[in-house]
Order: sequence, then C-alpha cells, then structure tokens
Amino acid sequence: MKVGLSWLREHVALPADLTEAELDLALNNLGIEVEEIADQRHSVQGSLVVGKVLTIEELTEFKKPIRFCTVDVGQANGTGAPQEIICGARNFAVGDRVVVILPGGVLPGGFAIGARKTYGRNSHGMICSAAELGLSGDHDGIIILPESVTAQPGDDARPVVGLDDIEVHVTVTPDRGYQMSVRGLARELGHAFGARFTDPGLAPAPAGTAAPAWPVTIQDTQGCDRFAARLVRGIDPAAPTPDWMARRLLTAGVRTLGLAIDITNYVMLELGQPMHAFDADRISGGLVVRRATEGEKLTTLDGQARVLSAEDMVICDDTGPISLAAVMGGQTSEVVDGTVNVLFEAAHWDPTMVGRTARRHKLFSEAAKRWERGVDRELCLVAIDRAVKLLVEYGGGTPGDEILDLNHPGEPTMISMAADKPARLIGVDYSVDRIGDILTEVGCDTAVYDDRVDVITPSWRPDLREPADLVEEVVRLDGFEKVPSVLPIAPPGNGLTPSQRRKRSVGRTLAEQGYVEVLSYPFVAASALSTLGLPTDAVRLANPLSDEEPFMRTSLLPPLLAALKRNVGRGQRDAALFEQGLVFLPDPAAGVPPVMGVAGRPDPALWEKANASVPAQPWHVAVVLTGEYERSGWWGPGRAAMWSDAVQAARDVLAASAVPAASVDISAAEQAPWHPGRCAAITVDGVVVGYAGELHPAVCTALDLPKRTCAMELDLDAVPLPGPTPPPVFSTYPPALIDVALVLSADVPAGQVEAALTEGAGPLLESVRLFDVYASEQLGAGQRSLAYKLTFRAPDRTLTVEEAVAARDAAVAVTAQRFGAVLRGA
Amino acid sequence: MTYRHDPYDPKQAAMLDPAALDDAVAAADKAFADATDLDALAAQKVAHLGDRSPVSLARREIGALPPAAKADAGKRVNEARTAIQAAYDARLVVLEAEQAQRVLETETVDVTLPWDRRPRGARHPLTTLMERVGDLFVGMGYEIAEGPEVELEWANFDALNISPDHPARGLMDTFWVKAAESSTGATESGLVLRTHTSPVQARTMLTRKPPIYIVVPGRVYRTDELDATHSPVFHQVEGLVVDKGITMAHLKGTLDHFAKAMFGADARTRWRPHYFPFTEPSAEFDVWFAEHRDGPRWVEWGGCGMVNPNVLRACGIDPEEYSGFAFGMGIERTLMFRNGLSDMREMIEGDVRFSRAFGMEVH
Repeated sequence: MKVGLSWLREHVALPADLTEAELDLALNNLGIEVEEIADQRHSVQGSLVVGKVLTIEELTEFKKPIRFCTVDVGQANGTGAPQEIICGARNFAVGDRVVVILPGGVLPGGFAIGARKTYGRNSHGMICSAAELGLSGDHDGIIILPESVTAQPGDDARPVVGLDDIEVHVTVTPDRGYQMSVRGLARELGHAFGARFTDPGLAPAPAGTAAPAWPVTIQDTQGCDRFAARLVRGIDPAAPTPDWMARRLLTAGVRTLGLAIDITNYVMLELGQPMHAFDADRISGGLVVRRATEGEKLTTLDGQARVLSAEDMVICDDTGPISLAAVMGGQTSEVVDGTVNVLFEAAHWDPTMVGRTARRHKLFSEAAKRWERGVDRELCLVAIDRAVKLLVEYGGGTPGDEILDLNHPGEPTMISMAADKPARLIGVDYSVDRIGDILTEVGCDTAVYDDRVDVITPSWRPDLREPADLVEEVVRLDGFEKVPSVLPIAPPGNGLTPSQRRKRSVGRTLAEQGYVEVLSYPFVAASALSTLGLPTDAVRLANPLSDEEPFMRTSLLPPLLAALKRNVGRGQRDAALFEQGLVFLPDPAAGVPPVMGVAGRPDPALWEKANASVPAQPWHVAVVLTGEYERSGWWGPGRAAMWSDAVQAARDVLAASAVPAASVDISAAEQAPWHPGRCAAITVDGVVVGYAGELHPAVCTALDLPKRTCAMELDLDAVPLPGPTPPPVFSTYPPALIDVALVLSADVPAGQVEAALTEGAGPLLESVRLFDVYASEQLGAGQRSLAYKLTFRAPDRTLTVEEAVAARDAAVAVTAQRFGAVLRGA
Repeated sequence: MTYRHDPYDPKQAAMLDPAALDDAVAAADKAFADATDLDALAAQKVAHLGDRSPVSLARREIGALPPAAKADAGKRVNEARTAIQAAYDARLVVLEAEQAQRVLETETVDVTLPWDRRPRGARHPLTTLMERVGDLFVGMGYEIAEGPEVELEWANFDALNISPDHPARGLMDTFWVKAAESSTGATESGLVLRTHTSPVQARTMLTRKPPIYIVVPGRVYRTDELDATHSPVFHQVEGLVVDKGITMAHLKGTLDHFAKAMFGADARTRWRPHYFPFTEPSAEFDVWFAEHRDGPRWVEWGGCGMVNPNVLRACGIDPEEYSGFAFGMGIERTLMFRNGLSDMREMIEGDVRFSRAFGMEVH
C-alpha cells in the first residue's frame, strides 16, 4: 500500500516536524514493513515550474519527429522571456500548460538539466513526463495540466503534480486487513505517536431505509452477510475526477477510470471497504446475490470470459450474473462514459469464499486482497455515504432517498482473558490497567476486572479471536524493547543421536579422504534417470521449477554427476565430490493421506495412515571422482582415480559408521549405472546397502563425463547402527609372519580367497593382507598368483615355527580344496 | 693377548729415551691433526697407537731395563701413550661431528617444494554451520530433531495454523507433489516439499511429551527462481521450546545468546512485530553484527514468536498448561552476511573451490 503522508494527516494529528526516520522506525515497531518512504519534495531539484506552450515548430529532418517549442515560464527564468525548449513528445498543443524543469535542475536518478545545443537548436530545459519526474502512472508523453489546475506559468509545479508530499510505501502482514487503508494506517500511527486519531470509519452515516434503493435478494447469507446500496441519479457523465483524487489514486498505483469508479477506489483506499459502481440503467430488474451454478459464464471487467464454480458468489440481474462478487465486476453493468445513474454497492463477503474465488480465477485484485485479509463489516453504510457525497460534489446528480441495508450480523467476538495472561506469555508484569488501556486504544470495548479483562473486539479486527491475539496487541503497543532477556534452563538433553553422529563422521571421513562436499538440487529429469538406468518411477512435482526436471532424485548420483561435470568444465579435472542427503522413493501402493483436523491431536491410526502415504526418504551418501586421485608431480607419477577408490570410499564410510570389517562383504555385481565388470555390491550383514565402482562407459559418454569416472552410493539408513564397541583384544607376544603365493584360476574373486584363508588358518591368524597380484604365461592362461602376508600370533605365548607353519598349511589347504589353489614355489 | 719376549736389543732401548717419547707424542699430535676424515684418522691410529707404533715398541723395551730404571721408564711410556690417546680421542670427536654434519648436509632437501599429491577434501559450509548451530543448542540441553522433506500438507500447513484458505499459504510458494494416477481418482497428493522446517515442530510435539527443547536444521523448498539472493532449495534452522512457564523473555534470552555465539560478544537482537500463523505474538528480529563486511550494523536475521495455541492444540498439548516459543532463520542468509558472501549460487553449484575455501569447519 502506497499513500501520501498528507492523506494520513487528515485523520491523525501527527507531529508537524515528523521526520522520515521517525516515521520509518514507528512503522517498523508497529509491525508494518516499510518498503520506502520517499519525500517527493526533494526528488526533483532546481526550478520545476508550470509553463504555457506558446509556439511549436515541427523539425522534420530527423529520424523521429522533434518539436522546437517556446514556453512561457513567467519570471521563473529571471527574464520573463519565452523559454526555448526541444521536446520529443507530441501529445501537447499550443496553449497547453505543461511542467518545465529549467537548466540547473536535477531530475530523479541524478539526471542534470542544462542548456545545450541539440537537433540544431538551443534547448534551455525540458518539458517533463510523469515518468521523468519519478511519478508513478501509465500515461505516455508529457504531463498536460488539466483546466482545474489554477497554477500560472512560473509557479512551482511541485504541488500541482503531487511532488509536495511524502510517499509512504508499506507492506502489511496478511492478518491485518484493516491496515490496508488510510484509516488503518492512521490509527496505527496514532498509537505510535500518541496522536489523536479521528476514525473516518466511525463517521455518522444515514441508516438503511425501509424502502430499498434497489430490489435486492441475498440467497446465501453465509457468502454475503451484508449488502448496502444507494443510487445517485443524473450525474454529469463528463465530470472529471478531481485532480487531488487522481493524484492519490496514482500514488496508490490505481488507474483513474472515470469519476464514479475512481470514487469507489478512493473510498476503498481511504476506509478499506471495496465497493462497486453499477450503471443503474444497464441493470435489468432486481439483483440476486447467490452462489454461481457450476459452469455459469461471466465476462469480467478485464475482458476475460470466465467459467464460474459453484463456490463463487455472483450478483445477478434478470440476465444472469453481472458481477463476480467481491472480486471483479462484469462488463455488462459497469459504469461507462455516458453513465448518468449510478448504483453504489458496498457489501460484506465471506473472506474464505473470496480467497478461493480469487485463487481459482487468479484474480488478485485490490478488493480481493482486502477481503481475504478481512474487511470491517460495519463500514458498508459509511462507505456508501462517503461515495455518494463525493459523487454529488464532483459529478452533480441527486442521491436517492432510499438506502438499502440488508444486514445479517453474526455475534460479536467476545474474549475473556486472565489478567496475568500477558505476563505469563511475555514475561513483563503488565498491570491490568495498562492492558485495559492498550486494548481500548486498539478499539476493543474493554471491561477490566482484578483477575481478568473482557473485551468485545472491534469490527475491523476479525483477526482477534483468543487471548493470545490480545497479548500480541499488548506487547506490540507496549513495545518489544521492554521484554527482558532471560535464558531458560533446559532439562538435560541426550546429545546427538547415533545416526546424527554417524552422518558427521561419514562427512568428515570422506572430506579427509579428499572428497569435497556439495549440496545439489534434488530435482532430476526423466532423461537423467533413464540415462543412468535408474527406475523412472519417482516422486513427481505438480509444479516443478523447470518442466525439464519434474522428478525428485531417487539416487544422489544424477545431480552429483552434474556437479562433477561442472567442475571438470571449469578446469577442475581432478575432482572428487561427495554428498549426503535424502532420496525420495515413491510407493505406488501408498494412498492419499487421510483428512485430519486441527482441533486436537490426530487419531493415532489416522496419523499412522497419513505417514504411510509419505514416500520413503532414506539418507544416502555418494561419491563421484575423476581425473587423478593422487596427482603426479616432482615426486613421481600420479594415480588415476579408479574403481577401487570408489569401493574404498564405501569401506571408509562403513568404517566411520563403526561397522565391523567382518560384517562387510564386497562382491561383484551388475548394477546400473556401473560398468558390469567393475561394480561391487556392498553388503552389510547380508543386506546390500549400495554399490561402488566405475561408471558404465556408455553412461560417461551420454553424460559427457570423463572416461572412467567412478562412483559410490550407499543407503546409510540401511547400515545398522553400532552397539558399544567390544573391547579390543590383542596379543603382546611376537608375531609369526609367513608369505604365501597361491596360483589359482583368475575367476576366483580375491575376496573369497581371503575368506577361505581366514577360515582355514584358524584362531592363530591375526591378519591377512594381499600384497601382490600377478599373472604370466608361465602360470598358464586364466591363472593368476595372489600373494598374501599372513600374520599369526597367539594370545598367550610365542608361537613356534611349527605352529605357524601348521596354521599356514591349514589355510592353504582350504583354498586348495575350494578353488584348486596351488602354493607357488612349493 | 700375549707378546713374544724379544731378546734385549740396545738399539731398541733408545725408544725409551724421553726425547724420543716426546717426539712420538708430537708426531702423533700432528698426524691426528692432519687427518681430515675418519678413515685417515683410523690409519694414523694404527701408526701411533698400534702394535708397531713408537710407544708400543717403547713399552716392550722396558723389560730389558735394569729393575731400577723400569718404574721410571714405564711411567714415561704411559704418559706418552695417554697423551697420544687423548689427542686421538679429541680428534675423533671432532671428525665424527664433522662427518655427522656432512651427512646432514648431503641429505638436505628443498623444503619449499610443493606437496599437493592428495587434493584436499572439504565439507560444505552450510553443513558445518548447521552443525555449529546444532552444537550450540545441544550444549544448552536441546536435542536435534529431523523430519522428511516430502512432507504431509497437514504437517506443513494445517497443523501450523495455516488452513487451506489461509492467505499465508499464498505467501509460501509451495512445490506440490503430483498425485499418483490411481483408481481413487484423487487429484491432490496431500504432499508438498516442506516450505519450512516447522512441520518438524508438529512431528516432535506429536511424538514427545513436554518439556520439549529442540532445534531443527534442514533443507526446505520454495518456488523461487535461483538468483544471487534466492534459491528454490535452501536451509533453515528452527528452534522450538514447549514447557511450563515459557515466556517471550525466554525467547529473547535464547536469541540474544544465540546471536552472541554466532556474531560476537557485542551481538544482540532487535525485534519488530510481525505475523506468522504458527506463532502469536510474532516478531521478526535483526541482529547487531559488529564485524559486518560493510561495517557494524543491524541485519535482518529471522522470525520468532510464542507458539500459537492452535498449534499446541492440533498437536495435543494443552495451551493452558504449557506455553512455548519458536524461532527460525535461513542458513544461507546467515552464512552470507556472516562471511561476506554475495552470491547464493556459489553455494549450490558444487564448485570444489567454494567448499574448499571453508575446509572442515566454518569460521
């Protein structure tokens, strides 16, 4: 909402020397967000004067038409001689009064005006448009002053064009509809400055008459609980909107559309009551206020033919709907250029209905915004009276004697609040009298007792419903700065959960291994899923940011690989990234959540059912890497990132998760998007928790990733949380180290060989470590040699050579029996 | 070792002459001094202290002397030998030290050679900032609560006093989950991408009994186009306390403490009335940040308020018995003004140079 301070001052006796800073602070402290406070008096510097066009010479030798004008600017130029000015606009004629800035002046934006030679002539100043003066408005061309303006050439033009005010541009919160008016803002400023506020909404207005101003029937009093109307007959259809009113509308960003309509908008801005002006001669018969029938059609003022819903409210005449109630009028009954008989309507509509209608038809008119936030239902007659008086004053005509007021009032809202409620909620000892004073100031009808305060809330405050709402008014107007700062003592907590600690450990571990964390968007394209060979059944957004990426990730890899590619594209060719976060797994069998109320805790069965419809969202961790994992340098060659780094990242994650190595199994797997021969399934206690390895070459090609890009992804939620770490058991006796080289088929996975050795070696085996893999013609085709270092140690003695050798032989025997392994060199 | 007893040889007896012994000492001194390395010294040791050295030969001659002369001659020979040994020992220490020094010199490397063999990893500053906030509150006895990002419309809105017709729903530009094509013909899924971390408030109140002291760091979604200061995906941290006798003063104390922990001892908060459906009264707050990149100033930080009784009721908590406060702020925004960042896009693109600049902790 944007209004001039002068309009506010008409209703509240603000200090004369009020500064912009004071105003800004006061509005902020009231909870009204200040977009801008612009002192128009200082927006244009230098001489900005009224001028009268004396001569116009058309210069035609240029690409665009240019006018060389002489303008009478009175004595403003010091000589009284006609001012010579070049002008590119063409919307004016000799004799028009215009706004001229003389050399030395500066327009908004720092645009300095000087005398200069242009288009072959000397130009001494500029004839201004509204835009050039920083005035809002949608008129093209320069400003032509209307006849109603009495200012003479040479007079200061600022008051004439509205540059003599302070523009206050504020945003009000959605609960306080009353602030979307001069009335509401003036009331608030009255609170802030202790200034006397004269409520225009409580101005006396004639009551409804027995005879109606127009035959009206309300069929749905829930959608419309009040409808007031009055006629003004015989207005001068040519009567212009007074200049001051046009300027105020312009400031508020409302277009002027003719006197009667402008008056409805003016009254809405002033009081907060949206109104409508019908051309009485274009209404056929009596009016009926009712719900629309599904599919009914109405062409609204914006020219849109709309199909109505059974929830919309309409005003109908004999021809059918003529207005989409509370939101926008219809074309057939609107006031037009020749209108002489005007029927003003001011009604009170159900805010829920209006909100739904506005959203359904995407019609967020100024009226709809106010209705949705709540409009004072007691304003109807005041608004009608104000509009009628304005129209009679500026448009002539005769007000009808009949005033319609169909009123179906509800019960007033009464709130009883314990006197210590504000103190208990805020922590400030407000006296009951102070509470009473504040609530009275807000407009409540207040009764103060020792132990409680009873109020009837004002009609313009539908947001006040229960004691907490009253407490807000108390603290707001008493001041937040008076609330003390007291640190509450929480009961002892349990620290981080095991799963929270694990996420941190995993993140630190991967970072220590050289991976850089990224947090990418979880939106993915269908093509990204299919390129990676992932299921295309994914959670889909109804209104994605990009139609290209309507799905939620089912794997961390698509966005993470995109980030990898971005890094490579930026020259970070050796890149290792990791990400942790949720993935979203739809359950096609899950239904729609049941409807749950808010009156109390939802029924446990309903709550469970609701949660069953929420897609599973496990916490995943993934790495991707390309380029050199260890760089080459003066120390020697580097090492390219390879499948085993990805597998190792999985082992590192599991180690950081305190999963015992014995619980982890790595086995060959074929799983998209990995290379079928270079993919490991990661299993914990028999459950596959993820995969790691080199990406499928086709995936790298399709995604334009470097060859041999590697990746790992684990479902961390599927990894069991560790129990207490068992006590470490280790012997201090010397170890017996024996190397064995086994020759066996290259098809046998090393992991199985190691398992067999471990199994065969028995309890004396402390560790087994593969230190060489070797293949040659000598060994034979399809054979390879795996060299292991076996470390034996007993807990209670130094092993003899015979014991160690026996254990080794037992270990080798299992591999021989299971895989046909032969001890090399034996 | 035993020595062969040579027969007396008068010529050899000349070795016992004091002058001859003095010469032997002098010659040894010079020879040791002239030895420039341990090998040369070893050779000179043989020459001057070995079996065939003058002092060794002189000692052998003692036996040939008359008994009266033996003691005197023995004493002289011992003195000479001791002197030579001392000279040798002294030289040995010097040469060994020199040798050790030479080894160190030959092993000297250029320590300015770079070592970027393993590129550094890093954690994302948003992650570590959220952890830092979490740690602060955990230290105060709070616990960290979590919830789903694809969330029930009920938990994201209804339970928080944002009914389907509430204008506030229009203010939060919400991503809606498309309804599955099902036999029920439902057109709405009842699911959203959570627009704030506040649904975790509802989830917590439904699963725990007061007293509740939690913080909720997490990822949230709004349909904003990405630009320097907006992102459709961002992070918030939210605090919720529900206990007996909780007042707005407690909220202020908590936020002032939070501000000091994040922005230094001078930090404090300044409040403006505001509106949130889930709190009443509600406020927005600024923080005084003395070390702001553009000089000390108030910076908009977040929103807060006393938990709306409707929220407590929807979660089965009696607002007559319990009261509570809630607060929340954007993590990206906090990181931006705290660390002087100017473009939110850098946080999302995943350029390794961004996270690396922050390392393992945000400072």
